[in-house]
Amino acid sequence: MGIILAIQGAVSQGILWGIMALGIYLTYRILDVADLTVDGSFALGGCICAALVTAGVDPWLSLAAAVLAGMLAGYTTGILHTRCEIPAILAGILTQIGLYSINLRIMGRSNTPLLKLPTVFKQLIELTGLGQSWVSMIVGMLFVAALIALLYWFFGTEIGSAIRATGDNERMARSLGMNTNRNKVLGLAISNGLVALSGALVTQSQGYADVKQGTGAIVIGLASIIIGEVIFGKKTSFGTKLLSVVVGSVIYRIIVAVVLQLGLNTDDLKLLTAILVAAALTVPVLLEKRRRSAAYDPMTDGSSGKGGN
Amino acid sequence: MLKISHVSKTFNPGTVTEKQALRDLNLHLEPEDFVTIIGGNGAGKSTMLNMIAGVYPIDCGTIYLDGVNISRQPEYRRASLLGRVFQDPMMGTAAGMQIEENMALAHRRGRRRGLKWGVTKQEKEIFHEELKRLGLGLEERMTAKVGLLSGGQRQALTLLMATLQKPKLLLLDEHTAALDPRTAKKVLSLTEEMVTEARLTALMVTHNMKDALRLGNRLIMMHDGQIIYDVRGEEKKKLKVEDLLKKFEDASGGEFANDRMMLSD
Repeated sequence: MGIILAIQGAVSQGILWGIMALGIYLTYRILDVADLTVDGSFALGGCICAALVTAGVDPWLSLAAAVLAGMLAGYTTGILHTRCEIPAILAGILTQIGLYSINLRIMGRSNTPLLKLPTVFKQLIELTGLGQSWVSMIVGMLFVAALIALLYWFFGTEIGSAIRATGDNERMARSLGMNTNRNKVLGLAISNGLVALSGALVTQSQGYADVKQGTGAIVIGLASIIIGEVIFGKKTSFGTKLLSVVVGSVIYRIIVAVVLQLGLNTDDLKLLTAILVAAALTVPVLLEKRRRSAAYDPMTDGSSGKGGN
Repeated sequence: MLKISHVSKTFNPGTVTEKQALRDLNLHLEPEDFVTIIGGNGAGKSTMLNMIAGVYPIDCGTIYLDGVNISRQPEYRRASLLGRVFQDPMMGTAAGMQIEENMALAHRRGRRRGLKWGVTKQEKEIFHEELKRLGLGLEERMTAKVGLLSGGQRQALTLLMATLQKPKLLLLDEHTAALDPRTAKKVLSLTEEMVTEARLTALMVTHNMKDALRLGNRLIMMHDGQIIYDVRGEEKKKLKVEDLLKKFEDASGGEFANDRMMLSD
């Protein structure tokens, strides 16, 4: 019985964290940037949301505030990267570190419980009479469906196409009149807006915010993307790709729930995740190397075979 | 049409790798000039095209295109006036995007991009017709990812994309150099066809002297960051490869003899 409850909780958590994974997908796969802002912006979403709800602001409104704050964080990284020409990874780290202090300032302490305060989930539990995990799951799914539809539309528009082109071939994008710097900033802002929304939803669902809640978020997001790609393959439509990221996030949470049930210490979880991602990124490289060395033949000149690229 | 006045560019100034790529360069193009550019390695041919396109800022001088001072404009802004095809066939297209998406990106060169759909139905019809001109069957594969195409197909597509919105100036930077001879010939004849048909003003860098003589109404030779020879019209028509070689040897003091231009037929 315990395992089923644990898995149900894992699914609802996976969906809410899946929104963060969607944000990371935008930067990692579409803009081709590893954006480390997310550890900070995920916590930022949670902290803003907790501080506002504590101050008596409507929980829905505080979600919107979290999105705006996250976009501002992404914008900051974008400006550091494009205007100040700081490498993307370092720009993300700078924003992330800065956000740690900002998050502490926002909450005034390192964590904030929302025990007796309203959240979107509590409101819906009262309204529908369903249990916590079911409500989390339904709210999460509604958000995910709306966001995937929105992203699908946006990346089909002229601006969205320009952002995709910027990530695909920056020189070509500039030669065709696209302001690639602006596109990168925009992409980073949208991405971190999603990440902060996810942080705010997770905070409301678990009933507290913590300045450290974003630690390792980037790695969890990457794990979700990779798991999704393993299951759905890489050559799918854009909509399926977005869906696969969320499914990957759910599966990641189920894996975590199972290994915890099997007796793994929670302290070892981050190490496990890091190993999982490192392994998933390494395997394709090793397979390619093996394929190449297997295909090597000293007796042919290559001109008759499948040479080139 | 294009007016380059006293443009200089030095790369890595003050270091051991300092290289003066352009020296007080001056060039004036008339509308519909189709200029071929030849010169040895490091002569400044590509640098000149990149300066016009705004890839790097110039150190001094001015560049006017169609009456607009573009000397200090960022690359993406000048793009509204320019069509470009690069030497590397991978450079001009986005591999992970569809053929029609790539063309739609090019179709919006110089226009404001908003929240309208990225590729419209009407555009797809236009693109279908345009792709037919290439004679490569790409019109039947419009939703295929560009990464699946060969180098030659990609280069032909880039050329088509560069002229989809009529550019004030077309910049061709050795755009057939990385292709096999047959494909290069095909892309070159497409180039000729498009430039003539749309009456474009164009600058074409090439290493092939025969092409340089056969195509266009004007030829310039560059050496050491300057234009050392500029010939047009009837005079150009009478030129032969030997004349060019001679010219070059005079200018460079014989060092040209082992340049790869000799090898191209």
